[in-house]
Amino acid sequence: MADAWTFNARPPRPPWGVHVPSHKAATRAMSIRQAPLPPVAHLSTPTAAVALVSAGDCVKSGQPVARGSDGCALHATISGTIAAVSTSAGGQVDVAIDSDGRDEWHDSCVPCKAPLALPPRELRRRLLDGGIVGLGGALFPSGLKLDSAPRVRALIINGAECEPWITCDEILLRERATQVVEGARILMHAAGTVHAVIAVETDMPEARIALHDALATSGDDRIGLAVVSAKYPAGGERQLIEMLTGAEVPLGGLPGDVGYLCQNAGTAAAAADLLLLGRPLVSRIVTVTGGGVAEPGNFEVRLGTPLAMLVAAAGGYKGVPARLIVGGPMMGVAQPDDAAAVTAATNCVVAALADDIAPAAPEMPCIRCGDCVQACPARLLPHELLAASRQGHADALRDLHLDACIECGCCDYVCPSMIPLTAAFAAAKAARRSRPS
Amino acid sequence: MKFTRSSGPYWRPVQDVPAMMRHVLYALAPAAAAHSFFFGPGLWINLCVAGITALATEAIALRLRGAPLQLHLSDGSALVSAALLALCLPPLLPWWVTATGTAFAIGVVKHLYGGLGLNLFNPAMAGYALLLLVFPAHMTNWLPPHVDDLDYQALSLWQTLQFTATGNLPATLGLDAVTGATPLDVLRTELGRMRTLTEIAADPVFGDFGGRGWEWVGNFVTLGGLWLLYRGIIRWQIPAGMLAGVLAGSLLLYLADPQTHASPLFHLYAGGTLLGAFFIATDPVSACVTDRGRLIYGAGCGLVTVAIRSWAAFPDGVAFAVLLMNVLAPLIDRYCRPRVYGTG
Repeated sequence: MADAWTFNARPPRPPWGVHVPSHKAATRAMSIRQAPLPPVAHLSTPTAAVALVSAGDCVKSGQPVARGSDGCALHATISGTIAAVSTSAGGQVDVAIDSDGRDEWHDSCVPCKAPLALPPRELRRRLLDGGIVGLGGALFPSGLKLDSAPRVRALIINGAECEPWITCDEILLRERATQVVEGARILMHAAGTVHAVIAVETDMPEARIALHDALATSGDDRIGLAVVSAKYPAGGERQLIEMLTGAEVPLGGLPGDVGYLCQNAGTAAAAADLLLLGRPLVSRIVTVTGGGVAEPGNFEVRLGTPLAMLVAAAGGYKGVPARLIVGGPMMGVAQPDDAAAVTAATNCVVAALADDIAPAAPEMPCIRCGDCVQACPARLLPHELLAASRQGHADALRDLHLDACIECGCCDYVCPSMIPLTAAFAAAKAARRSRPS
Repeated sequence: MKFTRSSGPYWRPVQDVPAMMRHVLYALAPAAAAHSFFFGPGLWINLCVAGITALATEAIALRLRGAPLQLHLSDGSALVSAALLALCLPPLLPWWVTATGTAFAIGVVKHLYGGLGLNLFNPAMAGYALLLLVFPAHMTNWLPPHVDDLDYQALSLWQTLQFTATGNLPATLGLDAVTGATPLDVLRTELGRMRTLTEIAADPVFGDFGGRGWEWVGNFVTLGGLWLLYRGIIRWQIPAGMLAGVLAGSLLLYLADPQTHASPLFHLYAGGTLLGAFFIATDPVSACVTDRGRLIYGAGCGLVTVAIRSWAAFPDGVAFAVLLMNVLAPLIDRYCRPRVYGTG
């Protein structure tokens, strides 16, 4: 499509959302450090899959160990011996690899000489083979996302990292802007579009400058740069599309339905790593921060590394953390322990001291102040949704469009009555999924 | 290492319900000071009676409902209702009148409907309306404003207390001698006598554009309201809607016949307009929630206020206007729902 396409390079501050303290200062200027190779890597496929290895097999870094039913491959992130392979009730394959400490790369890991000369369909297949998934948290295979969006007007590279504490995308853009731009060019070609925009937030000027320079160096004038408000959740996929283009992704639909393809900045860099360096998805950048970490920073981590090792790489715990949160303060999930492994969706690990999080407060009745209505980026009526979900009123939940809730947590954040709204909506959605009407 | 689990988000607001209620009370302080400067110490007595009655009623109601006592007694909502009611009451009022209104507001209007957050009507205005209907004579016990050139029989705190406690003034003072009609009362009575506004405005209770004393109380109410707006406790839609409703409604009537309808500025500063716009109609529990709904709700409060003042049997209409709009609020919200992202 060679038609003209314009986007809003400086969209106004949105009426929705919340101003949250960013708490990014501790890590936003910390260079990417390499986390040590884990002695054991625990890997899982996000969907049902078939194992390609069995216990006792020797594997090398970058070797496929499982292939999802969606075609997306999972790769060994270290070289060594397969310690265990199991399949869960849902069909997901779990693989544990004992490291041999040598990190030898598999023969299949070779750079592609001219990825932009490949047919788009072949490029999409290679993205699937390389295990490239959305690193923003969705874990949806990029190759499939491209296949399911037949007519892409423009590619949107999401670098609007709006959640507090998290700086993994920002540091990636600051230090590896060229990889992101190259990845964007590859994804544009794979999507068959000649328009792209990379979005960052107003509070990351260094990243914007680095991108500006990288774009100038690449000489690719098809890729634009947009700076959006740092108001949370400006980096939500649907919110970003609305701010940049004015289009709304239909409820229950995908960005492709309105002609857009959204990819996280980390995903673009991973695509470039795959095709230009020959490295499938074996690592990602994770921010390790919070008052309960000795040396907060940004780490390039092999997937499957236990959280405990990653925290140890950041100097270990400091004080007695009240919570260990994977993700940010708004959408993150508190972990029961630090044994879980880093996945492709792990953007941030926060060891939060009691001071870093809100103290538990008794829930008061809703006083209908309307702050949640104001804050909701989906323009829902959270106070009415709450009443409907607590009464189990399925019709009302449908009328109020519960499904449009993105669980960003803004309503909780502003609620003066301390009502756990997001948790109630997540539970109501789960109840609806288990009991389809 | 093991950690505690809990659901997110892990950050929370600094402004909780008790803080909001405290700010409303702070915001009322300038108006209360101005009120007692012009109309004597009766307001402080009414505030005490209403406050104590509100907390006692709240405690009894919570106890009967089996609700946590300390959590809700300390949320400040009962005190806000009490303060708003007291600010609307005449400064010379027997204590049992104030107590009846407050007990009704908290016990019946608030708790019979489920307590904080669930009441259909604004408790303070429902209490005020009850008193207006049950004790109409007492509710006219206003004093003339304390301005120098007015013939003013100042009552001491002790004399006011005596009246509050017993309902009687010392034998040397006649009730008729110390009380004075409010500007809205004067307007209604004199218009009923077929006098023109030019003649009525010559009455010494009228100042530059509103009632004397009332003009200043209104300014201090507005000051408190602006502070609430600045602090984000209230949002602009309801005050703007209500003030626009009052101004537009009264302007139309004034343009039609300036000799039988008071000017928009008079209406703005008369009776409960400003208190209603910033503190009463903005009570979130009984008002609309959506932005557009709040504008309509506010405008409705303003227009109905002017209509009642102009044509109905009561000199002021803010209380009844707010109560009427309380009933309509859910319906208005129903038609003002924002369009959900990605739909329609």
